[in-house]
Amino acid sequence: MAYGPGAGVLALRDVDLDVAPGTAVGLVGESGSGKSTLALAALRFLPGDGRVVRGRVELGGVALDGLSSAALRDLWRRRVRLVPQDPLASLNPSLTVGRQVAEGLAGDPAGRDGEGTAGASPRGDRARDAVRALLASVGLADAARVAASYPHQLSGGMQQRVAIAMALGGAPELLVMDEPTTNLDVTTEATVLDLVRDLRERHGTAVLYVSHSLAVVARTCDRVAVLYAGELVEDAPVAELYRRPLHPYTRGLLDSLPRVGQDRRAEPLRPIEGRIPEAHARPPGCVFADRCPVAIERCHAERPALDDAAPGRRVRCHRWPEIAAGTLDPRRPAEPPARAHDALAPDGDAPALSVRSLSKRYPLARGAWAALRRRPARAVRALEDASLEVWRGRTLGLVGESGSGKSTLARCVVGLTVPTAGEVALAGARLAPRLEHRYRARLGELQMVFQNSGEALNPYLTVGESLARPLRRLAGARSGGEIEARVRSLLEAVHLPAAFAARVPGELSGGEQQRVAIARALATEPCVLVFDESVSGLDVSVQAGILDLLTRLQDERHGAYAFISHDLAVVAYLADDIAVMHLGRVVESGPASAVLRPPYHPYTEALLSAVPTLDPDGQAERVRLTGDAPSPVDLPPGCPFHTRCPRSLGELCEREAPPWRRDASGKTVACHIPLEELVTAQVPLFADAGDAGAGPAAEGAAP
Amino acid sequence: MTRFLARRLGYLLVTLLVTSLLIFLITQLLPGDVARVILGREASEPALQALRERLGLTRPAPVQYLTWLVAFLRGDWGTSFATEQAIRPLVLERLGNSLMLAGLTLAIAVPLAIALGVAAALRAGRWPDAVISVASLAVVGLPEFVTGLVLIEVFAFRLRWLPANASIAPEAGFLEALPMLILPALTATLVLLAYIARLTRASVLEELGRAYVRTAVLKGLPPRVVLVRHVLRNALLPTVTVVAISVGWLISGLIVVENVFNYPGLGRLLTFAIDRRDVPLLQAISLVAVLAFALANLVADVLYAVLNPRIRLG
Repeated sequence: MAYGPGAGVLALRDVDLDVAPGTAVGLVGESGSGKSTLALAALRFLPGDGRVVRGRVELGGVALDGLSSAALRDLWRRRVRLVPQDPLASLNPSLTVGRQVAEGLAGDPAGRDGEGTAGASPRGDRARDAVRALLASVGLADAARVAASYPHQLSGGMQQRVAIAMALGGAPELLVMDEPTTNLDVTTEATVLDLVRDLRERHGTAVLYVSHSLAVVARTCDRVAVLYAGELVEDAPVAELYRRPLHPYTRGLLDSLPRVGQDRRAEPLRPIEGRIPEAHARPPGCVFADRCPVAIERCHAERPALDDAAPGRRVRCHRWPEIAAGTLDPRRPAEPPARAHDALAPDGDAPALSVRSLSKRYPLARGAWAALRRRPARAVRALEDASLEVWRGRTLGLVGESGSGKSTLARCVVGLTVPTAGEVALAGARLAPRLEHRYRARLGELQMVFQNSGEALNPYLTVGESLARPLRRLAGARSGGEIEARVRSLLEAVHLPAAFAARVPGELSGGEQQRVAIARALATEPCVLVFDESVSGLDVSVQAGILDLLTRLQDERHGAYAFISHDLAVVAYLADDIAVMHLGRVVESGPASAVLRPPYHPYTEALLSAVPTLDPDGQAERVRLTGDAPSPVDLPPGCPFHTRCPRSLGELCEREAPPWRRDASGKTVACHIPLEELVTAQVPLFADAGDAGAGPAAEGAAP
Repeated sequence: MTRFLARRLGYLLVTLLVTSLLIFLITQLLPGDVARVILGREASEPALQALRERLGLTRPAPVQYLTWLVAFLRGDWGTSFATEQAIRPLVLERLGNSLMLAGLTLAIAVPLAIALGVAAALRAGRWPDAVISVASLAVVGLPEFVTGLVLIEVFAFRLRWLPANASIAPEAGFLEALPMLILPALTATLVLLAYIARLTRASVLEELGRAYVRTAVLKGLPPRVVLVRHVLRNALLPTVTVVAISVGWLISGLIVVENVFNYPGLGRLLTFAIDRRDVPLLQAISLVAVLAFALANLVADVLYAVLNPRIRLG
């Protein structure tokens, strides 16, 4: 299939792909690869100015070309369905969930109400029952209440289940899922992925699963198709693709993904250099040649064909026979390991950053009546008695679901949010809670890198000007020549060409913008850097480059890093110490190697269980959390986790706050269950976690 | 929702109180001596003084304000200086006329503007969109006295379909008055039309681009269902607000239109009051106009909340 808008830019070129009934095919690729376009094209849904230039879509052996609009509607109603990426945006905000699911039922072309008209007609009754059954089938326990809700009243995970139920209402032969878990918490993602797997087995639906994450695909799919710059570059059964990728791009993607237990200094990630070519500027030869570590002259001149490498395996590369035979290593040579670094030896006698009993409550507006009766004001407890230390030359990783207080903590540390109680100290000296009360000379010692640097950088300032401002205001640089020289060295430090100083952020890619944001934070030579989801939202190959950069910068400059991420694999890779947060509290903290090994806090155990790993078969026994976290306003008494805790002891956990327990490895866990009991009950979730010194995994083995 | 309503009503009362004070202060600042206006240039100073005292103009301003406000609230709106009639029945009669004209205008303008806006949005960038946009902008650029006179020339003088003069009798019922109302209503419609149509076009276009519309299309719903049930339900929210607010303008702001057609509405009464420096009448009309605006805003807010579950259910 070739597909492109009228202007003549081909978004997809010669892609062909089969999905058998009851199987799931994963479609992976980075942004710009054309995967979403392909997914929609498979549904015969083409955005306004697009058209299929060549090729066709067949369903059940019958071509779907030239359908009338009525036939197309019938196709969408009864045979193919989409599960969209952003469930909140994809549901109508003004209609109840029940109504939206009901109008998606295959049998009813007008789409009748699922609720509200209860008992009005036998047909309405049937629709209502069908809606409730569908909602229940995707694991929504209180189906009647969910059906009567509006989308914004549901949590993200529930919204995505509703979207899945809606798609299933058509009893489709093909289900196209477009990044259905991308915006969800890892624990929610895990339950949705389990659901997808279950549906496929129960209904025999064919699934085309689009994702940027190889790990997510590994968990749900039978086969994986790798898309790059609008072309299919490799297509193989999941296990084989991960064990023995034939295309250098696939290899590059796998090498970009950190896995839990990987040592960032002994075995750094190998990012893919360069950028994906744009659709109108594809090279004449292999589309990947410009970024390929093993490209030869032929690759630049001649476009490779999609060869059948083995039964069920296809690859588009001139050099796959050499790679398959093992005579050619398609990996980029790794950077020489960073200089020996004793990560465990903290230097200095005070932690670079210490946070003591930090709390932040947002009081809720109290009605006049409640105020008159002197009821205590209720508050959202965003942060509750959190204490942490970050030492120079070390990275503290902060993990937790959304709403766990990670970002509130970061904002309190840098002074953007004023905490309700507790204090923040830099190298032993207490900092004023408010940013405007802090000494200007000290502001430069503590800097922050935000998630979306495209928004955090002023779009009208050139990169050079953005970097010059902190130099002038906080680092005391005076003369133009000095500033220019320091801007140049900052760009060099983050591996950007000096010419970028003249560009504005809009001209940079996401990864380049994030490098500029890091350079800006480094301008004042801070001793403490706070990263708030700073690599989330980047493509894996770009993310790998930033993670390597952070490691190198830390080795060179000996900064203390507080690194916040919802991605446990990234945190495990980068952090020397890990603190796990739940509902505003730290529930477990300690050296990374200890946190990643049992005994776990039951919440940590659930988080780690939810991390999708590349290993398609060797998944340890999983712990799943059911239900949503309790509201931070009405926290249950006792341990706040007891409502969802699979290991809850019952009454004790419901009544009393858990004690802190410490073990020999130096980690602390807030739990009623003694650590000795936890360690016997739990299995290690990552075989090599913590064995950092064990060195790289055997060549070619599944990471 | 109850709390929301109670709070909005509270705001409404505060607004009215503050504006009543403003109205009082402004009318105090108007140039000219009321007594001299009433009695004429030749009046003697003792006569003027006697009148001032009879009208209460010699008392301190705060006392004047409070007595005026309390009397107003009790339904005693005073007597017009100019006509020496009781003000309340006069203003209420004119208010009824204005409401009638406003109602007819909305009945024409809103469906027409929404239809044009939706039509333009569905054909965005193509010629129907361009025609609708250019035509509605061209019309809105013309002042009401021009469009009004053109309408009179065409429909009253050339075609002789409708009367040019809209001076309806006080006792006329709606059906009786209807032929006379059409031309003023059309003139007012032309003012509102472009604004509502362009707003509708913009919000329909915005909603059409949203992901939930794609979801609806991919359920295989017919285009009409997608448009009415999904797109319009969300796209018309801002339109509803603007329409409700424009009611305030239609009731008291149609000064030019009412003058062109000689229509006995609040707007023309207002110009009359200003002309004659009829302070009590002016104050009463202003306060009624403010009340109309404030109520229209309240209705807009409440409608928005009722139609939008994200507001209604937080």
